[in-house]
Amino acid sequence: MSSPTLTASLPAGGALSSLQRSRQRMAWLLVLPSLLVLLAIAGLPLARTFFMSLTDAQLSDLSARQFVGLANYIGDAGVLADPQWWEAVRNTLWFALLSVSLETVFGLGVALMLNHPSPLKALLRAAVLVPWAIPTVVSAKMWTWMLHDQFGVINAMLLSAGLIDAPLAWTADPDLAFATIVLVDVWKTTPFMALLILAALQMVPGDCYEAARVDGVPTWSVFVNITLPLITPAVLVAMIFRTLDALRVFDLIYVMTSNSRSTKSMSVYVREQLIDFQLAGYGSAAATLLFLLIALITLCYMALARRRMEGH
Amino acid sequence: MLPKRLQATDLAYYLLLPLVLAFSLYPFAYAIASSFKQGSALFSSDFWPKSWSAANYVAVFAEQPFGQNLLNSVLVAGGVVLLSLTVSLLAAYALGRVQFRGRGVLMMTILGVSMFPQVAILSGLFELISWLGLYDSLWALVLSDLIFTLPFTVWVLVTFMRELPRELEEAALMDGAGVLTVIFRIFLPLLWPAVAATSLLAFIAAWNEFLFALTFTLSGEQRTVPVAIALISGASSYELPWGNIMAASVIVTVPLIVLVLIFQRQIVSGLTAGAVKG
Repeated sequence: MSSPTLTASLPAGGALSSLQRSRQRMAWLLVLPSLLVLLAIAGLPLARTFFMSLTDAQLSDLSARQFVGLANYIGDAGVLADPQWWEAVRNTLWFALLSVSLETVFGLGVALMLNHPSPLKALLRAAVLVPWAIPTVVSAKMWTWMLHDQFGVINAMLLSAGLIDAPLAWTADPDLAFATIVLVDVWKTTPFMALLILAALQMVPGDCYEAARVDGVPTWSVFVNITLPLITPAVLVAMIFRTLDALRVFDLIYVMTSNSRSTKSMSVYVREQLIDFQLAGYGSAAATLLFLLIALITLCYMALARRRMEGH
Repeated sequence: MLPKRLQATDLAYYLLLPLVLAFSLYPFAYAIASSFKQGSALFSSDFWPKSWSAANYVAVFAEQPFGQNLLNSVLVAGGVVLLSLTVSLLAAYALGRVQFRGRGVLMMTILGVSMFPQVAILSGLFELISWLGLYDSLWALVLSDLIFTLPFTVWVLVTFMRELPRELEEAALMDGAGVLTVIFRIFLPLLWPAVAATSLLAFIAAWNEFLFALTFTLSGEQRTVPVAIALISGASSYELPWGNIMAASVIVTVPLIVLVLIFQRQIVSGLTAGAVKG
């Protein structure tokens, strides 16, 4: 392939092929530490989690456990029979769908602005990076404060603008809490989307635009017919990354609305069962289901993205 | 060359610009303003405080081991960066510059680990950490944070390793230099900008990590800053000390924003190398 490798440049021959072999052995040795670390901290715990999900283990004493088969999954008191689990699944899927769609639309808009020649470009880029740089926990706390039902600045602004008659309980009202969570997530992660889309925009060759401009093609038409198809693959990759991130959402919901059923995500549900209720077996079953669900969505998404890219 | 008429796109740009700037900057500016308000001023609707007070900043350090929490975060994030960079430089050299069977599978496996939901292994990891006797210690966090930093640093460094000239490496190997010399003495200095960006991104990820830090530490002295901030509480859940929370938020965020703005070019290239090229 195009990557420069030493072995590819060496002529074939008995002595050199032994050199090649020793180089390949060395490559494995160099990868080994990373592999061992990942095996120990990701592979092994994943296997143990699956194993624990087949037992009735309690977190306080993991060794005292009995094998219960699939009871944690399909038993009468199993995860699949818990309406709260399904609520968490629905919340998580809606959250991922809504926030990733909004982030893509806004991210595209901000990316187009960042790509626009202007003396204020550097200022805009710096400003857009600020929400990205703020830790999620901090952004959750900041927004909780701004959205405080009694003293929050957002309610004060909306009241004085006459848009609402009474202060809203943004995080406590079950009808509003979900939209609030999505809003804060979109605020925090749109910059990431915008930066990735900007990178794609900058790879569109300038002569495409030049030719269209000379021919007098309207700007909107250039965008739809030239820019959009060229950046679609990169946008899809960015969407996959963001979707996987959104599907495991934890920090934001835990900090902003931890006790509200209307926003509980799968990750929050799993941690609650495991740590708060100490149900290592049951919690592991929920964790395994979450893992399988996300793996399934990843595979579908990748297959879809591949077909989409080949179609063009 | 001046355009004959103001383009519609320019108009849209200058209409949207103040909106985007305000939306991006207002929340943090408001947090800074709140952190300097004292007592009942916190609940007034003025943006800037009438009289500036540093009392919240003093209180954050007085009412909990916040200094210790900051040190913990620096130690954990620093340790995570150091470990993942050392280990991943070795792997990135092999994966980026040596053709060997199984390379593609290895790359996909590593990518797979970075995509998987951390909460899915929480109970297995809890068991491992208790078994190693690391519960409620910073080492538990260093170990578990490697799950998401290591795959990321490997992938980004591989893309940069590939671009280095072959001649340098060949010349060094002909002179009898070992492979570690090639990686750390010859490539590392050349990769400096990429390494800086990767380190910074890994540092930020570890600095912000919440789930493991919340689950694997118990005592206030072992907490990292995100957990400390999330758990700041008042007399009742309706009386959260918002001034202290905002002061703590400003303390942990300002260094990050400064670093990000200084290294913005490298960060953008690191992010896009990790995502788009990958």
